[in-house]
Amino acid sequence: MRSFTYERARTPADAAAAALRNPDTKFIAGGTNLLDLMKLEIETPAHLIDVNGLALDKIEPTSEGGLRIGALVRNTDLAADSRVRRDYGVLSRALLAGASGQLRNKATTAGNLLQRTRCPYFYDTNQPCNKRRPGSGCAAIGGFSRQHAVLGASEACIATHPSDMAVGMRALDATVETVRPDGATRTIPIAEFYRLPGDTPHIETTLQPGELITAVTLPKPVGGRQVYRKVRDRASYAFALVSVAAIVQRDGTGRVALGGVAHKPWRVEAAEAAMPRGAKAVAAQLLADAKPTRENTFKLSLAERTLGAVLTEAKG
Amino acid sequence: MQGPSDFDLSRRKLLLGTAASVAFGAAPPVANAQTPVAPAQAAPQAVPMSKVSFNVNGRPREVTLDTRTTLLDALREHLHLTGSKKGCDHGQCGACTVISGGRRINSCLTLAVMHEGDEIRTIEGLGTPENLHPMQAAFVKHDGYQCGYCTPGQICSAVAVLDEIKAGIPSHVSADLNAPAQLTNAELRERMSGNICRCGAYSNIAEAISEVAGRPA
Ligand SMILES: Cc1cc2nc3c(=O)[nH]c(=O)nc-3n(C[C@H](O)[C@H](O)[C@H](O)COP(=O)(O)OP(=O)(O)OC[C@H]3O[C@@H](n4cnc5c(N)ncnc54)[C@H](O)[C@@H]3O)c2cc1C
Ligand code: SF4
Ligand code: FES
Ligand code: FES
Repeated sequence: MRSFTYERARTPADAAAAALRNPDTKFIAGGTNLLDLMKLEIETPAHLIDVNGLALDKIEPTSEGGLRIGALVRNTDLAADSRVRRDYGVLSRALLAGASGQLRNKATTAGNLLQRTRCPYFYDTNQPCNKRRPGSGCAAIGGFSRQHAVLGASEACIATHPSDMAVGMRALDATVETVRPDGATRTIPIAEFYRLPGDTPHIETTLQPGELITAVTLPKPVGGRQVYRKVRDRASYAFALVSVAAIVQRDGTGRVALGGVAHKPWRVEAAEAAMPRGAKAVAAQLLADAKPTRENTFKLSLAERTLGAVLTEAKG
Repeated sequence: MQGPSDFDLSRRKLLLGTAASVAFGAAPPVANAQTPVAPAQAAPQAVPMSKVSFNVNGRPREVTLDTRTTLLDALREHLHLTGSKKGCDHGQCGACTVISGGRRINSCLTLAVMHEGDEIRTIEGLGTPENLHPMQAAFVKHDGYQCGYCTPGQICSAVAVLDEIKAGIPSHVSADLNAPAQLTNAELRERMSGNICRCGAYSNIAEAISEVAGRPA
C-alpha cells in the first residue's frame, strides 16, 4: 500500500471542497472496497478523507412519503430497517444477498454504490486493463470472460458492476443526493448515475471530481411482491453471475432490473410492459441487444430462467 | 503486508544480518551496530503517522502508527494481541473478525486510525483459559476446529451472530423478512458464511453455536 495522509471530515461541504483541492484524494467510508484495492495498489490515493464522522447515518421519512437513507447508513442497518423490510423488500433482500455479515456491518450505502468491478484482470496489476490504466487495453476481451458483461459493453471494457444493492435501488427508482465542492447540492436519478464503459471505462458514474454522496432517497412505496434472486457459484458470500430484482403487482405488471450482466444495473422500462406475458416475453426485449462472449452466453438463458423463477415466486 | 511493524521487522532482520556479516568482516562491529539505520524504503518524506486511542478488551490503549496500519495489524503487531488471525487480508475469509462497537467486522479491511474512541473486543477479551466464554467452551466441547487458525474469528463472529438474531436482523435465508429471526441451522450457516474454515469443521461449529443458542443443531 502507498502511504497517504489522513483527515477526518467535518462537514459534507468541507469534505467535497477538500477533495477537489487535492486530486489524489479519496473519501473512505466502510473501507471494505477501497482498502482492498489500496493494498493491491490498484487505488493509490495520497490523501484519505474519512467521512465516517459526518452525521449521515440516519434513515428518515421524506415529505413525499419515501425514505431518505444517509450515505453512511450501514448495509446491515438498511436491510434491517423495519420500513425498508416492509415497503422496500427488494432492497432488504438485495443487501442480504451481498457479501458477509461482517462486511455488511461496515459497508455503507454510498460505498456500496461506488464499489468497483470484480473483473479479475482489473485486480491483476500485471494485466492490461483500460479501467485501471486507461489506454492499456482489456485483458478480459479474448480472455477468461465467464463473469463479464453481456449487455452495454464496449471495445474498451466488458466489466460488470458487482453491487447487489444497486440493482434493488434501480428497480425502486432511487435518487442519489450529493454535495459538490462549491457547496451546491444536486440529485441524480439512479438511472443516470452509472455510465456504460464506452471508451472511458475508468469513469464509472456521473459524479464530478470531489462530489460527495450525502444520501440516497427512495420514492413513495409502490407495493407489489418484491423479490431479489441471485445466482452465484456458491450459496453464500459470492458475487452474482446473474441477479434479478423484481416488483410484481397483482395484475402481473411491474418492474425488473438485472444484476451481473452489465456495467450498471440493467433495466429497460419498455420491456416491462411484457411482464404480464411472462419471462420469455420480457427477456426478449430486456436482452435484445446482448453481445455475449463465447464464455458467458450462458448468462442469457440463466437470466431468462431466473426471471421466470422470480415471476412464479411473485405470483405465489 | 506493509504495516510499520513489518517494516520494523525487516529492519530488525536487516540489522541482525548486518551485525552478523560485520562480526565476521573487517569493519569495526561496534561502530556499525550503533549507526542509525536509514529507512529501508527510500522515502522522500517521512511516512505519515497518526495517533489513535481506543479501548481494547476493556483497556484504554493509545498507539502512534503509520496511517496505513489496519486494525488487524495494530492489534497483532503493535498491541501483541495475536489471537486475531490474518488469513487473506482482503475480507474474504473472516479469520480477522473482531467485535467493534458491539458489531463483528473484518479487522483487515479497516484502518486503525478510523477507530478513534471505539470499543474493540478480540478473542483475548471474550474469556480466559481458566474462565472460557460459553462460546469458547462450546467450540472445545464440540470440536469446532481442527488446526484452529480460523477459530478466533469463528468464535467472535458466532458471539455476534447470536446478538444479531436477538436484535431481529434478518438474513438471506429468512423466509419472512417481517417475522422475528429464527435460530435454525440454515440461519446459522448463512450468517456464518463470512468465516471460512479450511479444515471444514463447519458442522461441529454449527453444533457449538446451536448449543450456546440453546437449540439443537
Ligand atoms: C469478500 C467480499 C465479498 C463481497 N461480496 C459482495 C457481494 O456479494 N455483493 C455486493 O454487492 N458487494 C459485495 N462486496 C462489496 C461490498 O459490498 C463493498 O465493499 C461495500 O459495499 C463498499 O462500501 P464501503 O462503505 O466499505 O466503501 P469504501 O471502501 O469506503 O468506498 C468505496 C468507494 O466509494 C467512495 N465513497 C465512499 N463513500 C462516499 C461518499 N459518501 N461519497 C462519494 N464517494 C464515496 C470511496 O472513495 C471509494 O472509492 C464484497 C466485498 C468483499 C471484500
Ligand atoms: S473488462 Fe474492463 S475491468 Fe476487466 S480488464 Fe477489461 S478494461 Fe479492465
Ligand atoms: S484476514 Fe480479514 S477476512 Fe481474511
Ligand atoms: S480449524 Fe483449521 S481452518 Fe478452521
